[in-house]
Amino acid sequence: MRAVVRTLKTATIALRRNVMRSMLTCLGIIIGVAAVIAMMEIGHGSSTAIQKSIASMGANTILIMPGTAASGGISWGSGSTMTLTPDDCDAVIRECSAVRNAAPIVRARSMQLIYGNHNWIPQQITGTTDAYLDIHAWPIADGASFTDRDVRNSNKVCLIGQTLVRELFEGQSPVGKDLRMGSVTFKVVGTLVAKGANMMGGDQDDLVLAPWTTIKYRVSNQSSGGIAQSNAGASSSAASDSVNTLNQVYPSSANDLYPQLSTVQQADTPKPVRFINIDQILCAATSGMAIPQSIDQVTAVLHDRHHIHSGEPDDFTIRDMTELQKTMTSTTTLMANLLLGVALISLIVGGVGIMNIMLVSVTERTREIGLRMAVGARSRHILWQFLTEATILCLAGGALGIVLGRGGSLLVRVLLNWPTEISIPAIVVSVLVSAMVGLLFGFYPALKAAKLDPIEALRYE
Amino acid sequence: MDLIRLDNIHKVYHLGEVDLPVLKGVSLTIDRGEMVALTGASGSGKSTLMNILGCLDRPTTGQYWLDGEDVSPLNSDRRAMVRNKKIGFVFQSFNLLARTSALDNVMMPLTYTASHLSDREARKRAVDLLNLVGLGDRLDHHPSQLSGGQQQRVAIARSLVNHPPLLLADEPTGNLDSHTSEEILRMFQRLNAEEGITIILVTHDQNVAGHAKRQIVMRDGLIESGFFNAPDVKPPPIPALRV
Repeated sequence: MRAVVRTLKTATIALRRNVMRSMLTCLGIIIGVAAVIAMMEIGHGSSTAIQKSIASMGANTILIMPGTAASGGISWGSGSTMTLTPDDCDAVIRECSAVRNAAPIVRARSMQLIYGNHNWIPQQITGTTDAYLDIHAWPIADGASFTDRDVRNSNKVCLIGQTLVRELFEGQSPVGKDLRMGSVTFKVVGTLVAKGANMMGGDQDDLVLAPWTTIKYRVSNQSSGGIAQSNAGASSSAASDSVNTLNQVYPSSANDLYPQLSTVQQADTPKPVRFINIDQILCAATSGMAIPQSIDQVTAVLHDRHHIHSGEPDDFTIRDMTELQKTMTSTTTLMANLLLGVALISLIVGGVGIMNIMLVSVTERTREIGLRMAVGARSRHILWQFLTEATILCLAGGALGIVLGRGGSLLVRVLLNWPTEISIPAIVVSVLVSAMVGLLFGFYPALKAAKLDPIEALRYE
Repeated sequence: MDLIRLDNIHKVYHLGEVDLPVLKGVSLTIDRGEMVALTGASGSGKSTLMNILGCLDRPTTGQYWLDGEDVSPLNSDRRAMVRNKKIGFVFQSFNLLARTSALDNVMMPLTYTASHLSDREARKRAVDLLNLVGLGDRLDHHPSQLSGGQQQRVAIARSLVNHPPLLLADEPTGNLDSHTSEEILRMFQRLNAEEGITIILVTHDQNVAGHAKRQIVMRDGLIESGFFNAPDVKPPPIPALRV
């Protein structure tokens, strides 16, 4: 222990003897590490920004669809049975750690929207919750989103895309105005930021978002499951009392065709309960990398909830955005490799600088080495002394480099307004790497010093 | 009891194809407490013998007992330990570490073996030795702030810091004026007389050699004269080192 302390002390004394040279030696590493840190932080920031923008195109979303109905050998295609419920959606949010957020989706068939003397048929009428906006990273341009309370109460509120703002409201602010969707009046609470066309060329701004309960129960009792629901709604008045249904909009079911059942009779002959199904569940994984994991988790949760044993066919299908995801992954990998390359080059340059100066230092201090050997330093003492000197230089340079690199990336952020992100791994790695560089590039000069013959070293002029 | 015994030492340098014998069978004993001058013309093998005596080099053949231990077969690391414990070196050009205080210079050899010493003990030892050579008031001076004689005294203090029984001085006065040389030689004499340290002065200067009690003269790789102790010199009893 004491020997280690003395070696450290000897090395620091030796470095202090020639401060200027030590500083210059450090410079290579300082610049190298600073470049690494700055590049990592700027690159990390850009990479995150790029990922975010790709993610907003839906790269890290997965879509859960109900399963396929088949009868008489004919498959009716995805979405032809009703197996997903809002509770499934809540369970996915609650139990899947790799899923950042999930939103139920109810689609209505397109219908005419009317405001004043304008009318327009949007491409999409979607019932959902405000998690939808979070999943698509879709900011509100004007007004505010609808809330959970709106969803619970099936309030007649909606958000509209910019195409609708243009077509129905002629560019004026629609917030607070009422528009009519079929026979239902909706209050516009907000507008969405323009997104333009999607990858297939479809207009993404041509849509209406509303609470899914409103779309399902007020607008479209014709959506998949609508028949079952309206049957249930008609026959089971107990269930329809709790939720607003079209029965209230059209209170036409005046006279009962059948006599009221007593409680005992109802218990004896259970009626199909109103089946609250949704058309899709839209999930966002925590990151693009987490998509396979989130698919596994969602599958497990739904198996559990739907009582599907292993080996039985699923009653749902999961889709992800493979193409976008690939783009995102390759972009991220490319950025990482690029940064790694830059980092390696600058550290190697710094290391070669250290080796140069250490070699000069060994030559210059030949007599000192001879003297140390004469008074009893063994080869390994000399080796360790020079290795320690090189490592101290590298670590000191690394520390200064971190400060400089952080400062540099801060400047870039403040002056150029580039996104930067502090990267703890970059700091740890560059400290480790600078110590390694010290050992690696300090080794040859140190070995050269240790192999000197004391007699010749003492005689060296 | 003899501190040094050389038995038929040969040293041959291999210069490519040619073998160059430098020492051709040197035998020698030096007792404890002696002060010996090793002289000879250049090319006589004086430096080679000094390197072997200082355990910096190994003889090609022959045996060398230092302080009762046969050091001729030791490898370089073991020789380094022997040098650290048993031999103090004083050089012509002082060889002090530049920009390092006198105190740190004196403590330098302790870095390598004296891990049993605490920092405070090491420091005390160095301060005592600097006091002994009369530089107690210049502990923090750097070599560039000291005169040649003072630098050589720092070097002497450094050579004594491990309490070696043998002090090997290679032309210790070669870079000094005659007055300072005299001072340094007196100090050697005093150390020899008062501390009982065996001193070997390697020199070509007859005046310097005259300060020793015995002169060994080398010629052509052999000892010409001075094999034995001068009869009038009684080796003093070995006193404990005062410092």
